[in-house]
Amino acid sequence: MAELPPTHGPASRAAALATAYISHRHGSPGHGWVLRDVRRARREDIDGIGHKYHLEFVLEDIFEKDSTVNCTAEVLYHLGNEKSAPDVQFTIEGELENTDEAHNAFYNRIQSLKKELEAENIPDSYGNVPPEMQPIRALAWAASGYVIWQNSTENTKYQLAQIKHVKQVKRTDEYLEFDYVILLHENVSQEIIPWQMTVLWHPQHGIEVTQNSCQPKHALD
Amino acid sequence: MRALLLLAALGAVAAATTENFVGHQVLRIVPSSDAELQKVQELQELEHLQLDFWLSPRGLGNPVDIRVPFPSLQPVKAHLEANGVPYSIMIEDVQALVDLEQMQMLRRRRFVPLSTSTFDYTSYHTLEEIYAFMDLLVAENPNLVSKLEIGRTTENRPIYVLKFSKGGTNRPAIWIDTGIHSREWVTQASGIWFAKKIVQEQDEGLANILDQMDIFLEIVTNPDGFAFTHTSNRMWRKTRSKRSGSLCVGVDPNRNWDAGFGGSGASSNPCSETYHGPYANSEPEVKAIVDFVKSHKNIKAFISIHSYSQLLLYPYGYTTTAVPDKEELHQVAKEAVAALSSLYGTNYKYGSIITTIYQASGGTIDWTYNQGIKYSFTFELRDTGRYGFLLPASQIVPTAQETWKALEVIMAHTRGHLY
Repeated sequence: MAELPPTHGPASRAAALATAYISHRHGSPGHGWVLRDVRRARREDIDGIGHKYHLEFVLEDIFEKDSTVNCTAEVLYHLGNEKSAPDVQFTIEGELENTDEAHNAFYNRIQSLKKELEAENIPDSYGNVPPEMQPIRALAWAASGYVIWQNSTENTKYQLAQIKHVKQVKRTDEYLEFDYVILLHENVSQEIIPWQMTVLWHPQHGIEVTQNSCQPKHALD
Repeated sequence: MRALLLLAALGAVAAATTENFVGHQVLRIVPSSDAELQKVQELQELEHLQLDFWLSPRGLGNPVDIRVPFPSLQPVKAHLEANGVPYSIMIEDVQALVDLEQMQMLRRRRFVPLSTSTFDYTSYHTLEEIYAFMDLLVAENPNLVSKLEIGRTTENRPIYVLKFSKGGTNRPAIWIDTGIHSREWVTQASGIWFAKKIVQEQDEGLANILDQMDIFLEIVTNPDGFAFTHTSNRMWRKTRSKRSGSLCVGVDPNRNWDAGFGGSGASSNPCSETYHGPYANSEPEVKAIVDFVKSHKNIKAFISIHSYSQLLLYPYGYTTTAVPDKEELHQVAKEAVAALSSLYGTNYKYGSIITTIYQASGGTIDWTYNQGIKYSFTFELRDTGRYGFLLPASQIVPTAQETWKALEVIMAHTRGHLY
């Protein structure tokens, strides 16, 4: 097991992946996290299996910069099989804030809209996010965590850059459904990658990405 | 009379007819007796005069404002004078005021600051606005600031560098550039703030530096790319050069320098965001700086500013070999980051490019270091991914302020260790 400087590239990429995974598992319209700091990182090379990172890091709430949470994680990148998503196990120190009230408020607001919600460019070019779009953004943040987790390797570092377009899809059941086109920023290649995702959400049942696909880049040029 | 009310007051009339208001006047009467009040009220009955009461008669002491069409001016004034009712001319020519107001409204929509004191540092600006700012700064500080054109972009835009100098000839200098990657908007915005900071600065630290050294500041290092982020694609990074044989546009200006050019850590695919270009210095934006640095010969610190990730980096990016001055650069970076964090607690990491982020070849500060510019640094400003390139404008000034603290450390160290 080798100690890695926490400032170094590989450690921060593994921590970013763990962050995305945690956002996917615990994120919601009221909650999302971004990596603030890596405290400690070790790497274990497991013969025939892959590279396993042991991490201690700090997450910051995307809605409240000063709200942080300490985490540990083990991230296993599978050798030779880049199609397989890394394995992630994590622990969160303490309890996450309960946002049931915010969830229900958002749920009821969307259900009572006369017309399906539709929006684009969140944040806009100037970094603005209208307050009523914050939950939509948080939902995308959590859903993109799934996409990022599924597509990450030791040499990639993805971040949700922007929601290009979101459209609600009315359903007959209790779930809310949104069709997103997001832009992912990949920090090593510096590419901006459009990605489509279909996201289901329910206050009691959490988030599910039912469909997702990489989109052609040319649309942006 | 508030100017905007004028158009509002005229609004209905103007909309209803196509008349203009040339020669119309607005008269004000303040009746101070019942007799005066009655004479004014009589005017309301005379429809043929086409009087437009902006303030109707309400009682003694309350002003009555009347827009009087040109043909009616003489009869109305004669009526008032004959009856001893004093009046004043509030607006001599209504049309002239309307014209002026229209012009002011147009200007207000694209607020054109008349000085760097009224410039809005808390919002993002267009290329035109930034270039106008530079001219204002020079005009206001002719003894300290001058503007140099160091080249032209692919699309033939001028490339400007501001020179801050208290005199001397070819003094040892500090170079700062922002916006080499056009989508990194907080950097150009910070560059503007730095420019103003330098001219405003009263304290000893900067004064000491400027007593011995010049500062060169290139605020928009990639003008074509920057214009493109405003008009077409906010996420554009590269230059806008076109090459026959490829549908894709642009070269990564931070892979186009002659340091490990074309090696691992850059792409040979023109469609890639890290495309290094057909050969080193192929991009006029890069060549302009190369030529400048080579002909100046006396630049002692070179700082190239990017976003995002919150990092302070020193060479190399193209090789794992440590630079000979690694210990010193590491120490300077450590102090600079401490100074930066002291302001708002913003967390930065520091180290060499290759260890801290990844291998990158053909990078700016690798080249400048190899030219002998020992204090070569790259910043990655706020944030760490919450907003990324789309950093809210409210963070421009705090980002610039904390970054400046780090720059002061680097500049002071350079001045104290001239070589």
